Amino acid sequence: MKKFFNEFLKGIIKENPTFVLALGLCPTLAVSISLINGIGMGIAATFVLLGSNIIISLIKNIVPDRVRIPCFIVVIATFVTIVEMTMKAYSPALNRALGIYVPLIVVNCIVLGRAEAYAQKNSVLNSLFDGLGMGVGFTLALLLISGIREILGAGKVFGFSVVKGFEPVFVLGMPSGALLVIGLLLGFFNLLKNRKI
Amino acid sequence: MKSRLIVSASPHLHKDESVSRIMWMVAIALIPAGAAGVFIFGTGALRIIILGVASALATEGILQALTKRKVSILDGSAVITGLLLAYNLPPKVPFWLPIIGSFFSIAIGKQIFGGLGQNIFNPALVGRVFLMASWPKYMTTFTQPLRAGAGFDAVTSATPLAALKEGKVLESISKWDLFLGLRAGCIGEVCIFALLLGAAFLLLRGYISWHIPVTYVFTVAVFTFIFGSRGLFAGDWLFHILSGGLILGAFFMATDYVTSPLTYKGQVIFGIGCGIITAIIRLWGGYPEGVSYAILMMNAATPIIDRYTRHRVYGIK
Repeated sequence: MKKFFNEFLKGIIKENPTFVLALGLCPTLAVSISLINGIGMGIAATFVLLGSNIIISLIKNIVPDRVRIPCFIVVIATFVTIVEMTMKAYSPALNRALGIYVPLIVVNCIVLGRAEAYAQKNSVLNSLFDGLGMGVGFTLALLLISGIREILGAGKVFGFSVVKGFEPVFVLGMPSGALLVIGLLLGFFNLLKNRKI
Repeated sequence: MKSRLIVSASPHLHKDESVSRIMWMVAIALIPAGAAGVFIFGTGALRIIILGVASALATEGILQALTKRKVSILDGSAVITGLLLAYNLPPKVPFWLPIIGSFFSIAIGKQIFGGLGQNIFNPALVGRVFLMASWPKYMTTFTQPLRAGAGFDAVTSATPLAALKEGKVLESISKWDLFLGLRAGCIGEVCIFALLLGAAFLLLRGYISWHIPVTYVFTVAVFTFIFGSRGLFAGDWLFHILSGGLILGAFFMATDYVTSPLTYKGQVIFGIGCGIITAIIRLWGGYPEGVSYAILMMNAATPIIDRYTRHRVYGIK
């Protein structure tokens, strides 16, 4: 059990997809403008990661090596379609806010990266926990970035104003602010990593 | 017996100069422009300058202490950054704006890259552009000089360049007023006379070379003369030189040692590039003024300019 727990935990800190592996930065930059978007994107990606990791580790022995990428993409696209349709049915506002970035999870490099680097080489249970850990790590990273951007950049938390008279740092709500925040956080996590060793 | 033969690498002749001395000289050269700004806009401007410099020094000291490096707040570079940032602010901004600007300049513009000599972009301009993008409301609200608004605390007004952008005719303001700084604008950019005084001091003492400022101003003049709003080859080039932050930028910010090219040839390319970008932004861009963006863009191009203008080492093809 401890082994599975470690598989889960590594995605959150040691191999955090955003801050350590630096994967999936385009959706992170694009959707991290508000906490709601961050959570929505994180949950959608976690679901896709979980599903695709399980299926891919199940079919890893019957898929010929030369056509594995197209096969992975088909599996991933299936789960993305499920997510998109669910989101459209139950949360159309979130779907509108995330826009093109939901279907683009198909080519999200975290998902394909985990399929390629992990799920096709490891057992189903390991892959399950790996996918879950990576998804949660991605969600936490998105929450951190979008939290900073929403609180400082718009003066709001989940769309509600918090401090009266606070003049938001407008630039953090813009794409350049996303790059700035991610860059500073990447540097900060590198600092933490280097301190420990 | 102690050997009296001293073996050392060249150069053997030293001038009594150091980075910190040069920095303080530049700070001194900036004083006239600041004094003129305070004279024109009142003591509110002095408060902004003091806040800018003080928070720049504090940020530098705290960050260097936190990262366990030598605390070098007295080398003058943080003072210049704080001064230049404050000079680039309108005279009636809220008190926290220069503080945040200086913090951002020093922390993100300079210390994150490793401190003095390591930064890619001019720290003061990084801070200014950050403020401009974050709080455009305050950064574009200018006030008239004190004397023009007699009886009031302040009278808001567009800068000459902003008025030009809106298509207004500028008959009311004379070139002489522009030269003396009797117009709306940022604290340190308005009084061309005081700026030129400081620049002349730096040029005569050899702290800056003429290459960047002269090519910069000349390029802007040529461009605005050819493509100015009054038709081809009829632009009001003198107006473009005297308004906005061109003189402040060309002499004090584009010539920053760290972020400008090393060779004279490179500096000429740098100056012309700054001039072209400034003129393009002023004539066709969305902003009325483009000096800070032009210098930052050319800062980014400095490494590549340096690479292609390197001196040929004697004896090597």
